[in-house]
Amino acid sequence: MELTTIWFLLVAVLFTGYFILEGFDFGVGMLLPVLGRDDRQRRVLINTIGPVWDGNEVWLITAGGAMFAAFPEWYATLFSGFYLPLLLILLALIVRGVAFEYRHKRPEASWKRRWDTAIFVGSLVPAILWGVAFANILRGVPLDADHEYVGGLVDLLNPYALLGGVTTAALFLTHGAVFIALKTTGDIRERAGALAVKLGVGTAVVAVVFLAWTLSIRSSAAAVVLAVGAALALVAGLAAARVRREGWAFTGTAVAIALAVATLFAALFPNVLPSSLDAAGTLTATNASSTPYTLKIMTWVAVVFTPIVLAYQGWTYWVFRRRIGVQNIPQH
Amino acid sequence: MQSWGFQVDALDVARWQFGVTTVYHFLFVPLTIGLSVLVAILQTLWHRTGNERYLKLTKFYGKLFLINFAMGVVTGIVQEFQFGMNWSDYSRFVGDIFGAPLAIEALVAFFLESTFIGLWIFGWDRLPKRVHLASIWAAAIGTNLSAYFILAANSFMQNPVGFRINPDSGRAELTDFVAVLTNKVALITFPHTLAGSFLVAGSLVLTVGLWHVMRNRDSTDTGAYRFATKFGAWTVMVATTAVLITGDIQGKIMTQVQPMKMAAAEGLYTTESPASFSVLTIGSLDGSREVFALKIPYLLSYLGTGDPNGTVHGINDLQAQYASQYGPGSYTPIIPVTYWSFRMMIGFGLAAAAIALLVLWSQRKGRTPTSRWLLRAGLVLPVLPLLANSFGWIFTEMGRQPWIVFGEMLTRNGVSRSVSLTEVLTSFTAFTLIYATLAVIEFKLLVRYARAGVPDLTPAPVDDDTDDAERPLAFAY
Repeated sequence: MELTTIWFLLVAVLFTGYFILEGFDFGVGMLLPVLGRDDRQRRVLINTIGPVWDGNEVWLITAGGAMFAAFPEWYATLFSGFYLPLLLILLALIVRGVAFEYRHKRPEASWKRRWDTAIFVGSLVPAILWGVAFANILRGVPLDADHEYVGGLVDLLNPYALLGGVTTAALFLTHGAVFIALKTTGDIRERAGALAVKLGVGTAVVAVVFLAWTLSIRSSAAAVVLAVGAALALVAGLAAARVRREGWAFTGTAVAIALAVATLFAALFPNVLPSSLDAAGTLTATNASSTPYTLKIMTWVAVVFTPIVLAYQGWTYWVFRRRIGVQNIPQH
Repeated sequence: MQSWGFQVDALDVARWQFGVTTVYHFLFVPLTIGLSVLVAILQTLWHRTGNERYLKLTKFYGKLFLINFAMGVVTGIVQEFQFGMNWSDYSRFVGDIFGAPLAIEALVAFFLESTFIGLWIFGWDRLPKRVHLASIWAAAIGTNLSAYFILAANSFMQNPVGFRINPDSGRAELTDFVAVLTNKVALITFPHTLAGSFLVAGSLVLTVGLWHVMRNRDSTDTGAYRFATKFGAWTVMVATTAVLITGDIQGKIMTQVQPMKMAAAEGLYTTESPASFSVLTIGSLDGSREVFALKIPYLLSYLGTGDPNGTVHGINDLQAQYASQYGPGSYTPIIPVTYWSFRMMIGFGLAAAAIALLVLWSQRKGRTPTSRWLLRAGLVLPVLPLLANSFGWIFTEMGRQPWIVFGEMLTRNGVSRSVSLTEVLTSFTAFTLIYATLAVIEFKLLVRYARAGVPDLTPAPVDDDTDDAERPLAFAY
């Protein structure tokens, strides 16, 4: 296989991992005001992701770094072109990350309420905007022959991309509800499980429409298979959630997210950022890539370190596998 | 391209944003780098001796460490995104070389740091003691390792090595990755930066300890605070020594690879052999000659070359040389900025060391310091190495100007062409406002938790019949 194809796959895998992992983090953040009826309940919700959210976010930093290293043109055009959405994502991730650490540092209710708002908004904004961004990548954006973005903010806010934003937000909400049901006990677990089923039905409808629209824009045999797989996994996950098989439900939503992201990348390949204007402006895995020498070094680094990272990150989830409930939350 | 207040362009704002966000990020990074190791050492002492005071100090300084850590993490993501957002033509030019250390930093160092920090914070009752201790060390190693990769990337901008320019694309391409990682600038900047970071961390440990020693004289924890004060002070002394040694070597390397930066550090306009070190030089307004100067003979020659009679090239000669080499234009950094930031770096660093030395002296043979002046000096102490670190970065980045990659790409050619002035102004304003707000919140929290002192370790009464699933977590957000 071409090195550029390997790196296209690796970037896809990194974003897939990011959306599966931070997807439920975002879901927990968005559900904080819904499922957390008092401070103790909200603390239970936050503590389901407490030990892992930071490591989950490193998937984004690694995906961004991999894109920079393997496809500098893609990284440069995308990040300068999608300027304001990325700025909003950064601001959201800043207040959200600080909020997790600072929320419990003072006892006042007003202090906690403010950080709760930060967690909610900081989770909602990226959950929508990542969908908007990836839908635009797939749809294509105005690029000139030098691969410079020549559109404005309005070009990014088209109906298809906005539906993409709704889809990711809905998927992460459902995924988050399923995750909470899997990680908590008592009342929160019950309500999260029930909510997951309700949210899931709407999510499935939105996701199917979005995937069908996606395939009508750009498609390949692999993309069709993956899209069908994503829809089936989501339905299977919901069926499991209905009968309170929480582990299977979580597997279902995780696989659904993975296959939905894979659908986008499969439909995109071999392009990485199509131009909606001049075809010469289109960035592909070949014309956006680094030299074979750089890709070869990066491949070795990835081959050696990725399994190590997966092993210790997986181990963390094992260490904190226990469900928690309000009875486990210490007084201060 | 000279631009003043009324004709600001996107390039100026992008540069200001990079300066502000980077200096801000580096207020938190040194504490993360240094304090992770110091906390790990404290926990190791507890592990080895079983003495509870080390456990108290581990938990106490661990809390301060985490308040700071969160800020370092979230401001770090901005740094990675910013290259693509504001400096996309730079990213296109160097992506083949510069992206690799960034990606490796994330994969090798950030995962290690973030995962094991999570295990350490929440793992007090979940992990065996040894494994929990290993977690803080793994996080500390990850943090320190990350510094190496990002400094290797920065060193490429100061002294580009291991590459060629592709004549077809005009881009820089990697030819020797080992050369990039063993860039002599990187090899010396790494220990210099680590030493500077330990200077900050040691100062914080000292200050908080000293405050408690002097304020709560009869506390049962005075012994712990006395230890912390000394531990911090010795860290500062060792770090200062390391900063001076590495800084000296760095100066000699800088004289070789970036002679203009050395000349700009000194305000040395004409080539001298032997060259004297300027204690104070005031230049003319257009920055082409000196008006007043107070100098120590031979010292600059020694600092720059290791030989008291060595030749140090002057700004005017280097400017003429670069103009003939790279074409007409100015290749001179803003001299007052480089000159003063270089002196502030050294001055604030040495002032910190002097205060630490005074504190050590005041505690000799078990004495308890009483001087109000000493306490005041102790309280400002952590600010001094932070300023020294900030001015060090301002010096090394401003001293590289007008280049973004020395000798290869001008800063003005690296900025994003597709980003408008409005966009970059929006982003600069948003980051500045949010960073300023968070700085106030963070500082107040640090003070609050520093004053609260070491925790009481008396365990909460646990009913032995309680099921594990019912027991409260050792730590929860």
